[in-house]
Amino acid sequence: MMDEYRGVWVFIEQNDGKIEGVSLELLGAGRKLADKLEVPLSGVLLGYEIKSLSREVIAYGADQVYVIDHEVMKDYRTESYMKAVINLAEKYKPEIFLYGATSNGKDLASAVATDLSTGLTADTTMLDVEVEKRLLEASRPAFGGNIMATILCKKHRPQMATVRPKVMKAMEPDPDRHGEVIEEPIALREDDMRTKVIKIVKDVTKKVNLAEAHVVVAGGKGMGDLQNFQLIHELADTIGATVGGTRDVVEAGWLPHEQQVGQTGETITPKIYFAIGISGAIQHVVGMKNSEFIIAINKDPQAPIFDVATYGIVGDALEIVPKLIKEFKEARERGGEMSYV
Amino acid sequence: MHIVVCVKQVPDTKIIKINPKTNTLDRRSAPAILNPYDAHAVQEAVRITKAIGKGTISVLSMGPPQAVAVIKKSIEIGADRGFLISDRAFAGADTLATSYALSKALERISKDMPVDLILCGKHAIDGDTGQVGPGIARRLDIPPVTNVIEVAEVNESEKTILIKRKITDGYELIQAQIPCLLTVEKEINSIEYSPMPNMIKAARYEPVIWSVNDLEGVDRTQLGLKGSPTIVGKMFTPPKPEGGKRLEGNADEQIQQLLELLSDKKELFAGK
Repeated sequence: MMDEYRGVWVFIEQNDGKIEGVSLELLGAGRKLADKLEVPLSGVLLGYEIKSLSREVIAYGADQVYVIDHEVMKDYRTESYMKAVINLAEKYKPEIFLYGATSNGKDLASAVATDLSTGLTADTTMLDVEVEKRLLEASRPAFGGNIMATILCKKHRPQMATVRPKVMKAMEPDPDRHGEVIEEPIALREDDMRTKVIKIVKDVTKKVNLAEAHVVVAGGKGMGDLQNFQLIHELADTIGATVGGTRDVVEAGWLPHEQQVGQTGETITPKIYFAIGISGAIQHVVGMKNSEFIIAINKDPQAPIFDVATYGIVGDALEIVPKLIKEFKEARERGGEMSYV
Repeated sequence: MHIVVCVKQVPDTKIIKINPKTNTLDRRSAPAILNPYDAHAVQEAVRITKAIGKGTISVLSMGPPQAVAVIKKSIEIGADRGFLISDRAFAGADTLATSYALSKALERISKDMPVDLILCGKHAIDGDTGQVGPGIARRLDIPPVTNVIEVAEVNESEKTILIKRKITDGYELIQAQIPCLLTVEKEINSIEYSPMPNMIKAARYEPVIWSVNDLEGVDRTQLGLKGSPTIVGKMFTPPKPEGGKRLEGNADEQIQQLLELLSDKKELFAGK
């Protein structure tokens, strides 16, 4: 029975005709799994007037794209997307099915897994496959973050996982890659839908641009209290950076949730990341470890953040950060070689 | 309007400790609390019934007998009554088996009083999966709306509800038919201080406890460990990235070194 299931699938999330970055990253990760298993990699592309996106899906590594292009699929809705995906999965029987751990990806995967009575691993940060048993090894931080757990789904297919954005790498797109586009019909009527998307409101300011910031100054509970935490804001202001924080800091109410970096917050890849008073629990580290240049400031020389930091300063943030602010301000006034803003 | 809120007792992950030798959770180190997102779900049920002027709020949990504590906590916030499903048959359940057990309990609850709305927290802070809510909705064949940041309007006569759902860069305004299931974000409301009468009621309250035998038409192979397709294969400490370089000297010297290193990188700031 399980032998009927073959191939690696990636759900291609698109919004407004633009493919989400995580879906391209998953095509890169899925390509490796498919090559190891010697099976095709397929993208599942749903929406309205989105068929042309299948070229991009192929360029990023897919051998096949299943396309359902229908007006009823225009906006993401669990009920319509779920039915479409379930129909495809039942018809073509993939052995592995990956989704981005976005709001929509998680929502969809949960509904699909329930219907297919199969296992689903949430927020995966590492993927591998045990070729002989054709077992997906989906690993994720566990128990508040200090260890990783590898989750297996031995007796059910497809093996499904949602994967955090920005932890896998997309392939370089190759516009000359060849692939097959398989269009599938869908028998759904708008009148049968129990949810309607009335409107979509984009809020560009809300994101604090954390995901797109080139420089992030992040603080942890090592800052001590809300008043000391203002130093983080001041340093960020001085160099034109965006402020981030750990889960502790958000839960203490020092920062809004949108500014949380880590497993349950944003995964980010800035050019420069200041980790100040942050010990470096894996939950936080998975969210920032792909930053290009990481500077850690922490009193505790044993803090795990120093293992990921490009440069570490062991010392009291309350002493060091004000000095840094002063230096940056002076450098800016001098204009010359250190004008960072 | 009958609202059922699904709540979970979780270890307070802020305080949780890992035994470094065995890589297992030291449960004694962590006090058990009502999952914070679920507290917001209960609070939202209170807000909705207040706005409508009537309604019943039931809370449902699955867990060991001590999980009655989170039902009492929900009563404090303003729920009317609580149900705990507690049985060894449920133990070891992953999200698929959990949504099955809870959906069976919800079927029993709705037999006595039809359920209009099911609320859940966005996810539990111990598992962080967010999979149980949509799973329950699927099993009951009602529409789910996840990541809800506002319940804008409940229209009882039309049996519709207007919801704001958070998306990556903004929100969607969604109209859903009742009954439906919502999972809520923290920003949907702020937890209010519990009024004294609620505290007194909670202290005295004894929730209904059901074993698997109290639920109808249960397929036991779908429960607990047996009904869970996912298993933990292994635990490991994440591979350490290449060790970083420590700067040397006193604070001033380290700062000067850092500034020099950054002066090399100033083009990185330029894109801001």
